[in-house]
Amino acid sequence: MMPFNYSRPGDISEAIKLADATTRFIAGGTNLVDLMKENVVRPSRLIDITGLGLNEVEELPDGGLRIGALVSNADLAWHPLIEQRYPLLSQAILAGASPQLRNMASTGGNLLQRTRCYYFYDTGSPCNKREPGSGCPARSGLNRIHAILGASDACVATHPSDMCVALAALDAVVHVQGKAGERRIDFADFHRLPADAPERDNQLADDELVTAIELPAPRFVAHHRYLKIRDRASYAFALVSVAAALKLDGGTIRDARLALGGVAHKPWRDKAVEAALAGKPVSHETFSAAADLLLRDAQPLTHNAFKVRLAHRAIVRALSDAATGGNA
Amino acid sequence: MSPSPSSGVELHSIRFTVNGAQRTLDIPPWLTLLDLLRDEFDMTGTKKGCDHGQCGACTVLRDGKRINACLTLAVMCDGANLTTVEGLATDDELHPMQRAFIKHDAFQCGYCTPGQICSAVGLAREGRANNRDDIKELMSGNLCRCGAYSNIIAAVEEALPHSGGDLGQGGAQS
Repeated sequence: MMPFNYSRPGDISEAIKLADATTRFIAGGTNLVDLMKENVVRPSRLIDITGLGLNEVEELPDGGLRIGALVSNADLAWHPLIEQRYPLLSQAILAGASPQLRNMASTGGNLLQRTRCYYFYDTGSPCNKREPGSGCPARSGLNRIHAILGASDACVATHPSDMCVALAALDAVVHVQGKAGERRIDFADFHRLPADAPERDNQLADDELVTAIELPAPRFVAHHRYLKIRDRASYAFALVSVAAALKLDGGTIRDARLALGGVAHKPWRDKAVEAALAGKPVSHETFSAAADLLLRDAQPLTHNAFKVRLAHRAIVRALSDAATGGNA
Repeated sequence: MSPSPSSGVELHSIRFTVNGAQRTLDIPPWLTLLDLLRDEFDMTGTKKGCDHGQCGACTVLRDGKRINACLTLAVMCDGANLTTVEGLATDDELHPMQRAFIKHDAFQCGYCTPGQICSAVGLAREGRANNRDDIKELMSGNLCRCGAYSNIIAAVEEALPHSGGDLGQGGAQS
């Protein structure tokens, strides 16, 4: 780890005032400290935000929730209101990391974790995300875990979060605050596709701090499923994951949400697929057609063609399980 | 490796409780809790395995919750109440989880054991494990390269109902 300075401000405006392109906010530190040990990230100063409060889950008048950015992943997954109203989110969080890491990791930090692409972590390799313009060895190298959707010549990395896949499906809104004031960002717009600037994972400015995540009133309590496929039964990143949520009227789909993890630089949500599901009967054919549509532009790399079939089957399975209310 | 503190970065004064004893010291911000425990306090029960949060050998309890000490900056533990494996037993009695690990021969080389035991005590305090499958899933953050898993699960299962309360010598109380 390179030397750095450390501050622990007592309020948000003080924290934001300290922030610039060379600093990093720290809360749980589960990813950032690791990246600093590997010299992948070398901040001049860490701004410890754990003294800012931001650790409440508040009910909103419409039945939604506002989750403080510093609520731990464990506390969020096991919060009674999350278990009751957003069980999909609870399932997704518990599918990720380990109990120790979930005790440390924060809600806001989960959004900001970096890709686990091997080349990003290996400071002996080029990487456009770590050193813009240096190249992408993953494109022609070991790319079994990499993206099949929305990648670019510059970067084929995936976003590693499970929680974010559920938040995308649940239409969450991210509240951020910076020197220019506060703003709200729809979850679908928060993370970026790599295009020609893979060094930017999301649209936050250097001085902007995630303060809360807002969930709209619950609509998918009865029919949902988070399905995670990985190389071992627990404590591994997703090869493919699917957050599926349905609103049914008898055997007909009234509304659908579908988000995928492990396949792209951001939680992958395709509103055309969701629109196509609405009004259709609950059936294998409906779900299979949705998977075909979602994966229509999939572009596998040398070693991850299996992800296309895997994602297809995972989408069908997750939607089927959601329709029957099964969450086993 | 930690950088040398001669680089002009200020030290930070922190104060916390480890196994019931108050500690105050000045540290550089890059010192991890794991290195602090082992190198500064000579409390080597907490082990360094991967040093990247993947193996769980460094698991300790902060305010009663299990965490990876290797990914925790000591400077961020100011005011915390820490319990390590050295703090689980009382003067003349092992913690129920320690007794169960011995009874079930839940280790071979023993290197992962302090982390396994601290993690299992944290698991008991969470109160979320209702069967063996839950125990397996909720102990997944602790690797055992000897492969003593089946005995570890048996030990945790037996000790679970007796392990959710006090944490030994004045550690975090339930």
